[in-house]
Amino acid sequence: MTINQLSIFIENRSGTLVKVLDILKQSGIQIIASTIADTAEYGIYRLICSEPSRAYQELKDAGVAVALSDVFALELDNEPGKAADAVRIISDADISITYMYTFLWGGKGILIFRTDQTEKAHDVILQHHLSFIDENDLAGGGEN
Amino acid sequence: MSRDEMSALQGKRLHKIVEYVYHNVPFYRHKLQSMDITPDDIQTIDDIVKLPFTTKKDLRDNYPFGLQAAPQSEIIRIHASSGTTGNPTIVGYTRKDIGVWTECMARCLTAYGVGRNDIFSVSYGYGLFTGGLGAHNGVEMIGAAVVPASTGNTEKHARLIRDLGITGIACTPSYALYLAETMEKMGITKDQIHLRVGAFGAEPWTENMRAEIQKRLGLKGYNLYGLSEIMGPSVSYECQEQHGSHINEDHFYPEVINPVTLEPLPKGQTGELVFTTLTKEGMPVLRYRTRDLCSLMDGQCGCGRTSVRMSRIEGRSDDMLIIRGINVFPSQVESVVLSMKEFAPRYMLIVDRVNNLDTLQVQVELRQEYFTSTFDTPAAIDELEKRLAARLKSVLSIGAKVQLKAPGTIERSQGKSAHVIDKRKI
Amino acid sequence: MTYSPYFNPELETMTRQQIEALQLERLQKTVRHCLKNEFYQKKFKEMGITPDDIKTLADVRKLPFTTKADLRETYPFGMSCVPLRDCVRLHSSSGTTGNPTVILHTQKDLDEWANQVARNLWMVGLRPDDVFQNSSGYGMFTGGLGFQYGAERLGMLTVPAAAGNSLRQIKFIRDFGTTAIHAVPSYVTRLYEVMQEQGVDPRRDTKLKVLAIGAEPHSEEQRQRIQDMMGVKAYNSFGMSEMCGPGVGFECPEQNGLHFWEDYYIVEIVDPETLEPMPDGEIGELVLTTLCRQAMPLLRYRTRDLTRVLGRSCPCGRNHIRLDRMRGRSDDMMVLRGVNIFPIQIEKILMQFPQLGNNYLITLTTDDNNDNMTVEVELAEGTDDYKALQELEKEIRRRLKDEILLTPIVRLVSRGTLPVSEGKAVRVVDKRKVYQ
Repeated sequence: MTINQLSIFIENRSGTLVKVLDILKQSGIQIIASTIADTAEYGIYRLICSEPSRAYQELKDAGVAVALSDVFALELDNEPGKAADAVRIISDADISITYMYTFLWGGKGILIFRTDQTEKAHDVILQHHLSFIDENDLAGGGEN
Repeated sequence: MSRDEMSALQGKRLHKIVEYVYHNVPFYRHKLQSMDITPDDIQTIDDIVKLPFTTKKDLRDNYPFGLQAAPQSEIIRIHASSGTTGNPTIVGYTRKDIGVWTECMARCLTAYGVGRNDIFSVSYGYGLFTGGLGAHNGVEMIGAAVVPASTGNTEKHARLIRDLGITGIACTPSYALYLAETMEKMGITKDQIHLRVGAFGAEPWTENMRAEIQKRLGLKGYNLYGLSEIMGPSVSYECQEQHGSHINEDHFYPEVINPVTLEPLPKGQTGELVFTTLTKEGMPVLRYRTRDLCSLMDGQCGCGRTSVRMSRIEGRSDDMLIIRGINVFPSQVESVVLSMKEFAPRYMLIVDRVNNLDTLQVQVELRQEYFTSTFDTPAAIDELEKRLAARLKSVLSIGAKVQLKAPGTIERSQGKSAHVIDKRKI
Repeated sequence: MTYSPYFNPELETMTRQQIEALQLERLQKTVRHCLKNEFYQKKFKEMGITPDDIKTLADVRKLPFTTKADLRETYPFGMSCVPLRDCVRLHSSSGTTGNPTVILHTQKDLDEWANQVARNLWMVGLRPDDVFQNSSGYGMFTGGLGFQYGAERLGMLTVPAAAGNSLRQIKFIRDFGTTAIHAVPSYVTRLYEVMQEQGVDPRRDTKLKVLAIGAEPHSEEQRQRIQDMMGVKAYNSFGMSEMCGPGVGFECPEQNGLHFWEDYYIVEIVDPETLEPMPDGEIGELVLTTLCRQAMPLLRYRTRDLTRVLGRSCPCGRNHIRLDRMRGRSDDMMVLRGVNIFPIQIEKILMQFPQLGNNYLITLTTDDNNDNMTVEVELAEGTDDYKALQELEKEIRRRLKDEILLTPIVRLVSRGTLPVSEGKAVRVVDKRKVYQ
């Protein structure tokens, strides 16, 4: 139901993003999805990748401010309106979403979201039979 | 007053003040005893060279009231300026001290040509900083109408200057330029205002700045010098001649020394300015090292005053910065950064002047291990930045913009100046 | 050393008869003095009255009212009754909307003001050995200089700590042995909160014995809470810059209402609609006439504050009129952390931004003992530029701070989110419980 996500503190300065991406490249890590939350002075670069634990260690060893966290990953049919339906269920249960993003993976839409109410979110997803993916599914490579 | 009369008065007062601190301040008694000096060794003003120096560190070591000479019940006011670390420097004033200060300030204003028909705006910060209340009392004494504008809300201030026909202003020179710019933006022109006198101080400034302020505000700008350890604004002032600042030397005796050897320097040579308070009751100081670099000028001034004059401040003999009139030491920032576990012990102060206002940015490095899964949102980072900014404000008394840097991106510093980038041209 | 319980025994313990005789004498003098300016000359002519019509104290009702609008219209010096060169101080109300109000003081006005404040502080047990920390804003705001001069007049060691910077305030309270603090009530609760964070117990770690709180409305419960937190008595202070500043009214140790100093002011309570006098005990608008002012005497000034008369005697021995704490306003002014704010000031700033729509809502709340203002405003159109929104929010905050001297929380919301009411829009929601 949850997968690993890396968050990286990035200064708004040229070259900082390249530095991070180069580390991942040299370690042979593949990026599956990524997004930047930008503010006036810095960004938080969030990414889903292959071998997140190893990627985390490599970045950390290189001195990068990186965090590994669990985020919920719902699997949706690739059709208009599916994201709205899923988020309404979460919202109706009074779960507040800290941030969210989506990407296409193996023909399905993946909706990533983060909340502080993890147990409640867990229960709601099971109750409403929402489909989801796990870290192991990602390791498969997305060809299914 | 002739030079001889002045020297005689200073000598008499010096003897009295040494006797006073010897009996009332253990710090000075121990110092004098260890140097084998008694008050009777000090008879003329030239004997001053026998006396020990006092430094900011002495004030800090004796925080809060250790150097106070008068009993607490006689003290009616306290001011504070920044210390080099967490403890500020505390100065207590008796009612008589406030009276002397007020008179010295009135002398400055009189030299600037301010009288009871003037409406005078005091735009230094009020409160613990001596600028606001110090200038304020002097203006009330000469009977002009004081407008306690303080700092901030510049648009309203500009409007009052126009509508009330304000004729004089006391503020930092950089604020004067900011005010001029604000007025220009608001469409207030020079012929709509009646400013004619500016008392500028609390930060170093140049002749070029003076020319620009005078041109844009249509007034004559005079230097006003002071420091809270000695009194506050009014230690020295320019007269109409604007050729050096007259020191109120019947109350504050000046010397200039070589900051390394501590030897007195002859008139005309640049060195560190040292003051001895000759009449103060609350917290008198002997040979206080101001760390300001300047020279002294002899000879009667064109205005008729015979008092000794000091040149413009040419620099500092320590790493103190003056930002918006407030003294800031890099070590203060360091003490705050070190007290928060989220940051690496590396920091950088970037001082700049944007639209004529000084800005301070403090860059700090996030410790890698504090960037965790609960910390990976802008909201959490903003909160940390705000927490640091609040602590900095509490220690520095001025706001600083905090910029969080990624681990390892601030250069490790070598030497003290490596913590500061001062982009202002002053 | 033993001290009298009164700062000025003669004036503080007068009988009602003596008070009223003194008031009549001073009123007659004030009325004559007022006629040195055109504003009152014109008013008297319109109403067909002369100073000779004031024969008894009740004749004060024949006099014209003065309002804040009058002060604005005569800006800047139209209310002055002395030449400008006799004035040594000027205070002005906050805000740039419309003309500000200007209050002038002669040296004697300042002396009398300091005497009133010293009298109040003496009344609640402060003596020259005390250490007084004034945590109120300085400059144009009268709470700073007013208490500074008063505390110095009393002879206390006075610390002009000014507002804010709680860590330093607490350091000073401990290091200087501060025994009394003056601050707005919401700031005292904030101080306590920071003390707790720092592990400082005011009972154990400070020498505090008196708090003076004022400049913003607060309920009796709020006072009780402050007393419980800090472990000392908190006394309510009333003042307004139009009268001089703080010092006008103050509680005595009985804490049974505020003594208003009738040797300095005539106190009336009127119906804000009909302007007829209200009987004792009934709530109406406070109207004050100054009796000792040189630079700017004011006749029957409408304060817009709502209160009532509680009595004219007190176990403390002072027979000066006692009024209830302020119970509300007869206009839409808000008081937040001691600062007076009118909704129109905020509206004016918001309307300067083309990126914003016309709908806004001001919400006042008390969160963890802090009074906060949230300004929600609708965006004129959508945008995907997060940075630009952040900058916009920051700029609105900065401009509002310039205008109202406080930094509100600014929330940009999309169009159509805020409730639209029929008729006069609801612009302010006050969720604090300041008036009980």
